[in-house]
Formats: sequence, structure tokens, C-alpha cells
Amino acid sequence: MRDKFTTKNLNFWYGEKHALKGISLSMKEKEVTALIGPSGCGKTTFLRCLNRMHDLYPGNRYEGEILLDGKNILEKGLDLIKHRSRVGMVFQKPTPFPMSMYDNIAFGLKLMGVKSKSEITSRVEKALKDSALWEEIKDRLHEPALSLSGGQQQRLCIARAVAVEPDVILMDEPCSALDPVATAKIEDLITDLKQNYTVVIVTHNMQQAARVSQYTGFFMLGEVIEFDTTEKIFTAPSNKLTEDYITGRFG
Amino acid sequence: MGLHYQRRKLANYIALGVSVGSAVFGIVFLFWILKDVFTFGFAAINLDFFTQVPAPPGEAGGGMANAILGTLTITVLATAFGVPAGILAGTYLSEYGRKSKTAFVVRFVSDILVSAPSIVIGVFVYAIMVKPFGGFSALAGAVALAIIMLPVVVRTAEEMLKLVPDATREAALALGAPHWKVTVSVVYRGALRGIVTGIMLAVARVSGETAPLLFTSFNNSFWNFNLTEPTATLTVTIFNYAMGPYEDWHQMAWGAALLITAMVLLVTIISRIIVRGRAG
Repeated sequence: MRDKFTTKNLNFWYGEKHALKGISLSMKEKEVTALIGPSGCGKTTFLRCLNRMHDLYPGNRYEGEILLDGKNILEKGLDLIKHRSRVGMVFQKPTPFPMSMYDNIAFGLKLMGVKSKSEITSRVEKALKDSALWEEIKDRLHEPALSLSGGQQQRLCIARAVAVEPDVILMDEPCSALDPVATAKIEDLITDLKQNYTVVIVTHNMQQAARVSQYTGFFMLGEVIEFDTTEKIFTAPSNKLTEDYITGRFG
Repeated sequence: MGLHYQRRKLANYIALGVSVGSAVFGIVFLFWILKDVFTFGFAAINLDFFTQVPAPPGEAGGGMANAILGTLTITVLATAFGVPAGILAGTYLSEYGRKSKTAFVVRFVSDILVSAPSIVIGVFVYAIMVKPFGGFSALAGAVALAIIMLPVVVRTAEEMLKLVPDATREAALALGAPHWKVTVSVVYRGALRGIVTGIMLAVARVSGETAPLLFTSFNNSFWNFNLTEPTATLTVTIFNYAMGPYEDWHQMAWGAALLITAMVLLVTIISRIIVRGRAG
């Protein structure tokens, strides 16, 4: 498998605060890479570098390289709008837009310039089927998205991200606000998504990382302590800190 | 132990008594005003009140038709001037300026403007519009009311837009939406009800203004369909008639007071219903 995203000596600052220190790692194409570590370790910060979400707020600074298909996305002149449509994101709390379920998904398609109504309708249906939501909501697509349950809202957000067919999907603790049943559904979904997409997921839940990912990176205090296949990280970590963390001695 | 408990209980009763008392004190005056306005006002309301212009001094009869039209015209024009500017400024504060120095200054100035006495704004518009253009006009009245509305709309729009979570904005941006599109298609939608409520309350507030209109739209005893001429309004008519020497003028003033109260009450109730819709 080839590398989809690669960072080389990536440093990041929130104003004066040095949040990421020399991160170098690679995320394989069509695999799930999990990022784990204690709170404040920089895993979410790292994830948000990948779609340049930090650019929204003043005073943030990157250094180093982030390569997407070999091209550095930190270079000046990058079309952020185009880049973000290639790298979708799902957030910790569900973020449905204040409109109907159908319009939520159509929103991204219309942004991409899809005009034909029949094409939008068929792609909305496909996205909802891909995210295992179709059967539950097909009869009320035009009701407000906010009327869905938390787990359904989160799957709708995944459907919305998938509908525009990005290359990569970033997930920032997508299950932390959900109950175990909804979590299981989303984990199944992540496994399905792997067939077509590269997934990078931040999680607090180590069992979840073990269940859904093929590669795992362990972050601490803004550094990558260890990065390897998930199997290796969870069965035979080479670093003492990693072992202490996954066995629950701290964090 | 027991004494301590008794004291806490007593303190609780005193606090409860004082707060209930204060609430009743406020409500009593509100209902007193409403009762007087309704009892004295109803006598003046008849068909002529809505269809006739005022009768010449000393003669009985006549109505408020021209003042009703004037109040509606000036309020609608003020809304047309003040609301778009207010919403756009609120959008700047919430979506673009945020913590910038410019945003800080705009916020500070609009907070000052909110508490500026409305008569000062009337005098200001007198100086910039009435004096240079040589006369009182509905237009000048509308500008004065728009200036009074502006800061209210700016701050409500900002507060309502800020209630839309940042995560929702980020989610739209993460789909590759440009900033303006996120604002127009996602953030405005989320804040719509709140903004509409803010506008209605601002309209309710300015439709009861009198002082700024004395200096701008002045008054008129006849029909006037020209925006550049002095125009009658319910509030200024109340002021003049209530001060006048004739008993039937006082009657008409009560009638006008009832009408304007009913209008403000209606707008407020509608905005309440809209807010309740949001909660449910």
C-alpha cells in the first residue's frame, strides 16, 4: 500500500504554544490509521493540520511538510477550498446543518457544482446507503436533520462527508458523544469505508483503535512516541511509554 | 443547630417575599397603564378614527387615518434602512471581525448608541437632514428611527449568530465551502429565528418613539403622500393632542395611545411565538 498522507518534521504552534514537535509519520492509502494518546497530547491538533483547519484562527503557525499524494499542502498558494473538498472531516459532536437531512448531504454536492436534481438525489441515496442510514430515514428525508438521534446525526455527517467522494476522511473522536450501540454502528461503518477511503481517526478509546485500525500512532506531549501496525502497538509495543499507556497505567 | 436552621428558613422567606413583592410592584403598573389605555381609548375608537383626518380645532369628529399611515410608512422605511445595515454589521462582528480591533470599536460604539437618548438622535438628524434640505419630512423621521434601531439589530444579530456552534462552521468549511457560503447557507439559517425576533423587538421599540420624530417628521393635520413633506405619526399626535386644550383631543389621544399599544403588543407577542417555536 502506498502512502496517502505523509508528514515530515511537522511542527505547529498555537501562538506561542509549541503544540506539535517534529511529527513524521505516514498514513497508508485505504487503511485506517488511529491516533491515540492522553488528553492534550496533540492528536487532534495533528488531525486538524491535515485539512488546514487551523488556518481559520489567527496566530497559528505550521513548519515542516505535509504531503498529500507527494504534494506539500503547506506551500503557499494552495487552494484551501479544493483541498478541503478532497479531505473530509467528521467532528467529535455531530454537526448537522440547520436544514433537512436531504439538504445536509446535497449541500456538499451543490458546492462541487453538481446541478442535475436526479444526480443529486441518487448520490444522496448512495451516501445514505453507504453510511447505513438509508433504511432508518428514507421516509423522512425532508425533515430537519436536528430531529435525528445523536448516533443518526453522526452517521448523517459521515454520509455528508462521503457524498462528495473525498480521498481522505478525518475523524475526530467521532463516537465520544455516542452510546455503545451507536458506537458499534459507526465502527462497522469505518471498516466499510476503508474499501474506498483513507481514514485517519483520533480516539480516546483504545479498544476502538484496536478494533478499527490497521496502523496506530501514540502521541504524548506533542510528539509521536511510537507508530506501527495496530497489532504490534497493542501486542508488543517497543516503547515503555506506549506499553504503560495501553495497559492503562496512565492517561 | 435548630436556631441556625430557623435563621436560614427566615432568610429564605424574606428573600422570597421581597422578590415576589418587587415583581408584583412592576406588574401592577403595567396593568394599570393597560387598563387606563383600554378604558379611555376604546371610547375614541370608531370607523372615523381609521378613515378620517383630524377635524379642525374646536370641531367634533375626525380621525387619525393620516397619522396611522404616517406611523406605518416611517416604521417600514426605518426598518428598510436599519435592518440590512444592522444584520450586515452583526455578521461582520460574529463571522469576520471577531476579536479584531475594528470589531471591538464597532461593538463599543454600538453599545454607546443603544443607550443614547433618542431625542439626541432626533436633534442630530435635524442637523444633517432637516436643516440642509429645508424642511421636516417622513424620510428624516425614518432615518432617525433607523439610527435608533441599528445598534439593537447589530448586537442581537451578533449574539444570535454567535449561538451557532463553531463546529458547524468548521464542518461546512471542511466540505470545501467558501466563507461567504458558510455564512449565508449555514450560519444564517441556524440563527434565523433569533434574528427575526431581534428585528421585531427593534421595530416594536421604534414604533413607540416620539422625541426624535418631533425634530424630523414633525406633524401634519392632513393627508400626505410625499416622503419629503412633514408627516403625522400616532406618537407625535398623542403628544400634541394630550397637551391641547380640547376634551375631544384628549379622547383622540387616548385612542391613538390604545392603537399604538396594541400594535407594539402584537409585534411583541408574535416575536414571543417565534422564540417559543425555536425552543420546541
